[in-house]
Amino acid sequence: MINERIVGIDLGTTNSLVAFMHGDTPAVIPGEDGLNLVPSVVALDEHDQIIVGSGARKYLIDTPERAIYSVKRLMGRGVEDVQEELKLFPFRLAEDLQAGEVLRIKLGDKTYTPPEISAFILRQLKRNAERFFGGPVTKAVITVPAYFNDAQRQATKDAGRIAGLDVLRLVNEPTAASLAYGLDKKKNGIVAVYDLGGGTFDISILKLHDGIFEVIATNGDTHLGGDDIDNLLITIALDDIRGDLGFDLRRSGEGVQTIRKAVIEAKIALSAQNSTKLDIDLPGGKRYQREITRELFETLVQPILDRTVAPCKQALKDAGLKPEQIDEVVLVGGSTRIPKVRALVEGLFKRTPHTDLNPDEVVALGAAVQANILAGGSEATKEMLLLDVTPLSLGIEVAGGVTDKIILRNSTIPASATQFYTTQVDGQANVAIHVLQGERELAKDCRSLARFDLKGVPPMTAGMPRIEVKFLIDANGILHVSAREQRSGKEAEIEVQPSYGLTDEQVESMLLESFDYAEEDFRQRQVIEARNEAETILTALDRGRSSPAWGQLTSEEQWRIAKLEKSLGDVKKGEDYQAIRKAIDDLNHATMHLAELIMDSALSTALKGKTMDQADLGEGPAAPHPVAKADFE
Amino acid sequence: MPGDVTSTCWSCGTMRAEHFCSACGKVQPPVPVDYFSFFGLPRKLNIDVPALEREFYQLSRKLHPDLYTGADAREQEWSLEQSSQLNDAYRTLKDPIKRTEYLLRLEGVELEEQSKTATEQARVSGQVKKQVVPPDLLEEVFDLNLQLEELRTQKKMGEDDPSLIEEIGRQKLELEEKHEALLDELKRHWTEWDRAIDSGTEADRLKIRDRMVDLLNRRSYLRNLVRDVNEVLESGA
Repeated sequence: MINERIVGIDLGTTNSLVAFMHGDTPAVIPGEDGLNLVPSVVALDEHDQIIVGSGARKYLIDTPERAIYSVKRLMGRGVEDVQEELKLFPFRLAEDLQAGEVLRIKLGDKTYTPPEISAFILRQLKRNAERFFGGPVTKAVITVPAYFNDAQRQATKDAGRIAGLDVLRLVNEPTAASLAYGLDKKKNGIVAVYDLGGGTFDISILKLHDGIFEVIATNGDTHLGGDDIDNLLITIALDDIRGDLGFDLRRSGEGVQTIRKAVIEAKIALSAQNSTKLDIDLPGGKRYQREITRELFETLVQPILDRTVAPCKQALKDAGLKPEQIDEVVLVGGSTRIPKVRALVEGLFKRTPHTDLNPDEVVALGAAVQANILAGGSEATKEMLLLDVTPLSLGIEVAGGVTDKIILRNSTIPASATQFYTTQVDGQANVAIHVLQGERELAKDCRSLARFDLKGVPPMTAGMPRIEVKFLIDANGILHVSAREQRSGKEAEIEVQPSYGLTDEQVESMLLESFDYAEEDFRQRQVIEARNEAETILTALDRGRSSPAWGQLTSEEQWRIAKLEKSLGDVKKGEDYQAIRKAIDDLNHATMHLAELIMDSALSTALKGKTMDQADLGEGPAAPHPVAKADFE
Repeated sequence: MPGDVTSTCWSCGTMRAEHFCSACGKVQPPVPVDYFSFFGLPRKLNIDVPALEREFYQLSRKLHPDLYTGADAREQEWSLEQSSQLNDAYRTLKDPIKRTEYLLRLEGVELEEQSKTATEQARVSGQVKKQVVPPDLLEEVFDLNLQLEELRTQKKMGEDDPSLIEEIGRQKLELEEKHEALLDELKRHWTEWDRAIDSGTEADRLKIRDRMVDLLNRRSYLRNLVRDVNEVLESGA
């Protein structure tokens, strides 16, 4: 059990990472390309295979209808929640979606739910870790924005399950960051973590006490981040282009993605330079050029940055602290590289923020620390314990459509509350409970989490049953409900209708589908590789036929080769990669003599005055073995 | 029976197990106890909060679900329930108002009628909130409500009388001061309550209990009033 291999995963809006505890220090596991960041982009290639990460990026521009980014914005949300998102992001939802149904997004002519798309990213990270360790990885800690609600958390956990990961814990991103920072500084004091990522903003205030990381207050906005800055710049560029060049690119997926790439580069450049140039090639040979100064950029993004101020002030108020009482401020998330963001944070907390850890990696590193704690701990983590809070109040709808709050926001989790219910009518067997999350007074303004039906209440006169319902928020911030009728002592049956989420059965079936995919992916790759190889061998054979060596073969050899050539040609049209492989081997075997003859003739050419180096060994009929590629050393 | 929860450890059989077994350290199934008992405290209102915090941290280090990821399902379940009880208890007891309200509820008092929910319910259903104005505030509240009504009307007309706003602001400040002062008064009641627990009669306890109920009602009345004033002051024209 001790030091079981549990990885920490930062499933980000823009980039995702996987990390583990290497001895006493957390480290990020690089991908096959050697890079730590896996872009959270998923694409469906021309063979309907899923591509994740850097490889998927080019599809954003080439075939935008087959690619998706920033899917985290859609996690745990319904179609009526994402209308604003749809105006700014090229998400293509399935047309037949019903209100309250889990979203389905089109990639090519297939559709996937947001947890499934996130699962593709998680599976890539899992594979990266497995390659790194040379063994299976099945357990993970995954980070979520602190301000994620129950549905968004549940969707993240579902994504983990679909990817074949046992998600041992969801950790809030700012809290994870504080773990990474706190590792080498065994200090006591109050820390504020300001986390502005690609799509989400969180502020968390923690009290550090001899290794206990106690979150006192958290606040945020799950739809505020670098994406919003990009969208603002894209809108400006699109307007410019329409005005100056008379091009309306708003409907062109390809055009928008080209602009998006350019403005992101400009945004990044402006964190280091005082000015940069947008220079974009447009369809029709035109070019859009524009100088952007840092000053202009800062004026433009100010309204977006200002949206982080109110959550910070609310968190301070909830914590009962004044800015002066904050000892340390930590910056997390790529968007905190923007100098204006740093200035804003300094102004808010009257402290120079810490930036010593890479803001893109610190959350994943913290997740690895938490994974290590869950695995039983090590010398470095043995005193560490994280006490996190629920970001939003949990309530029940009562008469008049009012929310009765039963667990207040910023309560340390696990947290619970017990409510008593009774019946309105004689013999009533079912009682409906509507669970809400949010701070507003009216139920309609809060987020509907689920409707519960208490079933099988024993028949009694109205008002007699005393049904005890226990609401428990676990250490992942996810709600559990249990009920008992007290007079009969009977466990009441609860039927949960999640307002926005997949049912257990749906997750199970997706899990199975993802196993099918794994096999299907593998099979398809094998077919494609075998076909490519068949193509190579057939081309080489064509060249061999036109070499003088062909004439030295017996007619029976020639006939045999032709027969096998035809059967390879036939079988490679099919989907059976094993049959293709066998046909390749057979043809290889049959052309062995031809290869030797060609080799001899190449050698004799070489002896006539050329050295081996100069002899054209790689091309044409003179190649040593025109057929079997394995002969190259 | 505060602090008296006794049973046998499910794992090693030793007697006198509480949150975990004193002999083998295993987490125990949670027993329904009140928050005071959970911390082994008597039902008294003066609490050493720093000591409570230390105890909270110490118990967290033993009960938190993070420590049971590898344990069997039963222990995981118990750790989840025990640590949620611990957190609920700590959250309630560390806060002076919540602690008092909780104790009063244990003593059989319903504090609902002044609650926010009741206020909102009344607002939505259009019924008059069953709220008794504390007699000593009657005159003040009457004046204030008149002025608030006037300000609302003015705001609707797009007008703004600075002297009216200033006057309302001054009264709000007074209400806030009164609200604050009630906390000190409450703490004096605590000491009396604690003394009554040690050596008083049932009648003594009931008397102090009712005084605390009255005080909390006045306090939440003031809080609601300040909230209403803020709403009017902050509302747009």
